[in-house]
Amino acid sequence: MIEVKDLYFTYPTDVEALRGITLTVDDGEFLAIMGQNGAGKTTLVKHFNGLLKPTRGEVVVDGVSTRKVSVAQLARKVGFVFQNPDHQLFCETVEEEVAFALRNFGFEENAIKKRVDWALNLLDVAQYRQTSPFMLSGGERKRVALASVLAWDPQVVILDEPTIGQDHRQKEKLRQYIVQLNAQKKTVIVVTHDVEFVAECNPRVVLMTEGKIVAEGLAEEILTNQKLVAQASIVSPQIAQIFLGLADLGLPTNVIDVHEARRILLVLLEGGT
Amino acid sequence: MSVFEGFRFRRVSSVIHRLDPRIKFFYVCVLFVMAILFNKLLVLIVLFFVPLPFVLMAGVKREWLRSMRGATFLVIFIFVINFVFGFLYPGMLQDISPPVDTLSEYLIILERSLTLTVRFVVLVESFSVFFLTTSPDHLGLALEQSHVPYEFCFAFTTAVRFVPVLAEEAQTIMDAQKARGLELERGNFLKRVRNYIPILIPLIVGAIRRSLELAEAMESRAWGASEKRTNLYVLKLKKGDYLLAFSSVIMLIFAVYVWLSVPIPSLTTLLRL
Amino acid sequence: MAVIKTRDLTYTYPGSTKPSIKDISITIESGEFVILTGPSGCGKTTLCRCFNGLIPHFYSGKVEGDVIVTGRKVVDHSIYELARHVGLVFQNPENQLFALSVEKDVAFGLENLAVPRDEMRKRVDWALQMTGIEELSERPPHELSGGQQQRVAIACVLAMQPDVMILDEPTSFLDPVGAQKIFEVINELNKKLGTTIILVEHRLDLASKYANHVIVMDEGKVVLDGEPRGVFNSEKARLIGVGVPKATRLYQILGENGIRLGRVPVTSEEAASLLREVLKRD
Repeated sequence: MIEVKDLYFTYPTDVEALRGITLTVDDGEFLAIMGQNGAGKTTLVKHFNGLLKPTRGEVVVDGVSTRKVSVAQLARKVGFVFQNPDHQLFCETVEEEVAFALRNFGFEENAIKKRVDWALNLLDVAQYRQTSPFMLSGGERKRVALASVLAWDPQVVILDEPTIGQDHRQKEKLRQYIVQLNAQKKTVIVVTHDVEFVAECNPRVVLMTEGKIVAEGLAEEILTNQKLVAQASIVSPQIAQIFLGLADLGLPTNVIDVHEARRILLVLLEGGT
Repeated sequence: MSVFEGFRFRRVSSVIHRLDPRIKFFYVCVLFVMAILFNKLLVLIVLFFVPLPFVLMAGVKREWLRSMRGATFLVIFIFVINFVFGFLYPGMLQDISPPVDTLSEYLIILERSLTLTVRFVVLVESFSVFFLTTSPDHLGLALEQSHVPYEFCFAFTTAVRFVPVLAEEAQTIMDAQKARGLELERGNFLKRVRNYIPILIPLIVGAIRRSLELAEAMESRAWGASEKRTNLYVLKLKKGDYLLAFSSVIMLIFAVYVWLSVPIPSLTTLLRL
Repeated sequence: MAVIKTRDLTYTYPGSTKPSIKDISITIESGEFVILTGPSGCGKTTLCRCFNGLIPHFYSGKVEGDVIVTGRKVVDHSIYELARHVGLVFQNPENQLFALSVEKDVAFGLENLAVPRDEMRKRVDWALQMTGIEELSERPPHELSGGQQQRVAIACVLAMQPDVMILDEPTSFLDPVGAQKIFEVINELNKKLGTTIILVEHRLDLASKYANHVIVMDEGKVVLDGEPRGVFNSEKARLIGVGVPKATRLYQILGENGIRLGRVPVTSEEAASLLREVLKRD
């Protein structure tokens, strides 16, 4: 679906943000791009919808090089949910806000109405249809922003740091939305530094630091590898840290999920009794 | 926009940068007065060259050129307007009875237009050098010590501090809306203006939210606690400042003397002889 | 000695029909490290604003009940008077820094309080040193990373030497390593200077090891108030949806299957050593 070939990118301020990224994202995948602030994660995903064009190398989305098409054309296939919903909310009602992109893409009125209804219901904000988006709480605004992207049904959905400022319950809801999207065969890419959130979702992880990819693989492999974790300046999930502390007792070291942890410990303890 | 580039401060340090902004401002005012005082082209051309050593000493040649280039449009505009009107109303603006038919009469109109144009250039040039060699915090400090009410100084430095932040936010908002299919480059003039509404509203709402947060932070750090604030820094006049002040005063006295008693020929008369 | 005491505190924002916080009665002792948590919208931020005077002086609205901070009734003192005793660090580092250099920002509060220049210089240098950012003293805020900016914000408040420092989700915009650094700085202030800390946080896995008092709010009311292990282990915390540390969660899950660990762990080290005991027993 998305192919990145030896991508280099330097900002106009002469900051080299990406240094030779090669990556493939398959259709229907759930991918987490992780690393500390400043590693280049957001810079990378901005290439997927053409907001940034490569300085060197190539990015191919659904068979078309991003250099050859406009952002609006790519956006039709690649939806991008920005970190701060206040950077996009401007309409008088939530309904208009969700319809905005649909109008830009030239959908006809009937289709717009249907899709807006669907998106509002999916994100649980249908009751705010006629409300001004500025009157809603932070969490509600985030859901409206997400609804406005899902409304046009893009094949790829990119979420940039969706867990910032969210409480536990909101993160759980988010996890469920992602599961739903994956079930509909959508490609979901999440940019995050929230290891506990990733530990609960267990996606494929791409770990970045200083503009390069240092590791790729399953969350449980990467987030438990102490060398990688130190290199990328992230922390291991608490469950992984617990098991790491018990490694000398022969416990597996690639556990990140609390339920998996329980299963293993029960087997060990019940086996011993 | 590039005329504003000339007014943006660059982090360079030189003798000129370290001069007290109040003295520099006084010097610029003297230049200003001299430029207004004399309407003889010869004098104004001399005045044009006066600040140049400062530009070179301060190492801001490139930025200065950029700001001069940015003013080109206005410069041409002023020249053309003055020339055309001088031609249409020779009796009103010059001492010529219509119609304009001799070469010397054309030259008089030309010289007057050039004089006004060069005067404008001298004004832009002097202020540009001032802003290019004075850091905003230095300027803010000078304002404070000149007994400008603290509210204004604070508003000034805070505004400058947030210019890069707002510029970045504007870029992020543009990205976010482009990612929803908004086309900023296409369409006729009216449509393009309307397309900036999704950019302006989040920017303005964001600015208002930001002001509220700033106000909270200010209050929480004892804003308004004392009638008279103290200051971490203090501007002290040094040798270089006294030298500049002295030279400016001499320059002013000399200029007034020349203006009162020395008749300066116009360039046209000089050329004819 | 109680440094903060509230009694039936209820506050309604102007124009609102429902109070944002209701019947809050809590006591915070001097030197405590308090974590204030709860789902979004539960009133944590509103409560913090009641402690430094932003409510009722900046926000107006209707206040009922009492708030007494360092022996002073908040309603009777202006915000700038209270600023000497209570400092508040906000969520977004960017919007707390208004000067063009770090040390001018740190001095801002002291300038407002008309502290003489020599004393100011000493306190600024001290605050920069305590937060570990001396080498950044002349940099403009825009050039700093989020973590650095937040440390500057803490230094700005620290320079005023308050008895209580309140931090409202200070690590929201920071990555885990940056967040850890901030918690370490805050912990230092608590342990070395005895400053009472009130930390509003969601990231309990990283922050809970420093706290000795946890208050949980939900829908404007205080629902749990006590020492960390008891609070995190309680059924109520789980029902409200508080993101308790995974170590505690593991303890609970194992308990459901009949495995009892010695104590309630909040950090991975504690959980590991408790599990070690249980595993060794068999």
